[in-house]
Amino acid sequence: MMNKLIFGRYIPGDSLIHRLDPRAKLVASFYFIGIIFLANNWQSYLFLGLFTLFAIMLSKVDLSFFIRGVRPLIWLISFTVILQMLFTRGGTLYWSWGIFSLSEYGIQNGLFIFCRFILIIFMSTLLTLTTPPLSMSDAIESLLGPFRVVHVPVHEIALMLSIALRFVPTLMDETEKIMNAQRARGVDFGEGNLIQKVKAVVPLLIPLFVSSFNRAEDLATAMEARGYRGGEGRSKYRLLKWSGRDTAVIIAFAAVTVVLVFLRS
Amino acid sequence: MDPIIEVNQIEFSYQEDTPPALKDVSFTINRGEWIAIVGHNGSGKSTLAKTINGLQMPQKGSVKVGGQVLSEESVWDVRRMVGMVFQNPDNQFVGATVEDDVAFGLENQGIERNEMLKRVTNALEQVKMTSFATREPARLSGGQKQRVAIAGVVALRPDIIILDEATSMLDPEGREDVIATIRQIKEENELTVISITHDIDEAASANRILVMREGQLYQEGTPGEIFSAGPELVSLGLDLPFPEKLKMALKARGVEVPTTYLDEEGMMDWLWTSVLKK
Repeated sequence: MMNKLIFGRYIPGDSLIHRLDPRAKLVASFYFIGIIFLANNWQSYLFLGLFTLFAIMLSKVDLSFFIRGVRPLIWLISFTVILQMLFTRGGTLYWSWGIFSLSEYGIQNGLFIFCRFILIIFMSTLLTLTTPPLSMSDAIESLLGPFRVVHVPVHEIALMLSIALRFVPTLMDETEKIMNAQRARGVDFGEGNLIQKVKAVVPLLIPLFVSSFNRAEDLATAMEARGYRGGEGRSKYRLLKWSGRDTAVIIAFAAVTVVLVFLRS
Repeated sequence: MDPIIEVNQIEFSYQEDTPPALKDVSFTINRGEWIAIVGHNGSGKSTLAKTINGLQMPQKGSVKVGGQVLSEESVWDVRRMVGMVFQNPDNQFVGATVEDDVAFGLENQGIERNEMLKRVTNALEQVKMTSFATREPARLSGGQKQRVAIAGVVALRPDIIILDEATSMLDPEGREDVIATIRQIKEENELTVISITHDIDEAASANRILVMREGQLYQEGTPGEIFSAGPELVSLGLDLPFPEKLKMALKARGVEVPTTYLDEEGMMDWLWTSVLKK
């Protein structure tokens, strides 16, 4: 069930995109999501689409991964698009029934929103597919760095993030084990009506919680035994290196913004 | 003899109204020794290990590590001297990859990056995990994770390594592998090893064994002295080493066996000489 989830997975590779500084990638992705909202006609969407495809090509990751990334969200997307189509009026009216209508503007708006969704998902999937989770948490720590001034516990956030990421597969394995153990005792997961389904989750959730507490305690002891005493006076093993190509990426995104402003109507 | 750990009449209880987990425990460990602490569940072995590096402070008595008395102020210096490997390989893996985990302790000490890189490579070489440096813990076996934990400790260059049932969740192969690794590292770096264990064969290869029972130090001696108690060990909740089991089986069949403890090799010698004598 969890293996199908593409979102948040990392595909090892050695492309230009893979080698970029994670900070550059993170900033660029967020920036891209921001400027998508600048686009308001088909020329600008086409331009953004081509740009995204170009980025995907550079990453040398198979396009099918991205399409699979969209799949779990397809219902949300269709729902939004259909609502948008049915409730927007304007332009030529093709069909109408009560409060529902299908108009030129409605269809156009629906398609734009569809493009917007796809572009956002493609770009964020590109980020997660080409960046190891660990570098991502490094990038977040580094980018949050300035907030130290206003007493944001940056080191603690980064540590929690990296421990959380490290324990994801461990806890997944454990979930599977508990599920099978409970199945062996006759618990039916995913059977019956909603209430029965929710009830079946209890014998999975409680052991999982309890074992997480135990894990946390063991881990804290182990960390303390290895001399961990907070963020102060620590050195760093992993280093992020900002290079010329990272600056180039940022410049490319600035250029995209300029073109976009020209294209929009 | 150069004492490195001196435990003096310590007492420790987790909660005030419960019976103490440790009562009047005193012993001395010399530099370079391999000590095994045995005893059944709840006898206070793990609590004892945690008092040695200050994860728990005894309510009474004192602990001295490397000449330093353990206190709130000296605890971080003491932890630099004592490396600890715990039981569950999954729960003590802090880093997201092997090399990050080995570096974790070094980061805590604020060691400079170049030195860190050198020490991490070196430590991974010592436990033969170099080719796994960038792997994630989810893709390692239990024995491999324990070897990484050992590397993390070795990189810190401690004087003492405490194994808190470090091999109890491993299969026999992984167990032997981990013990062999520690033995080799101990010889190379002149370490003192304290191994808390249920594995009687592991205990049999120690220099000295401390037997714990209900929070007290019940017995102390060389493996030979401890194991010559024979069946009494079973009443302590301990298993017998294989040569002792063999001796008992022979005795039950009317063969006269020596009363002193023999290790596997000694037993073998005794067997073939007695067969030849007949």
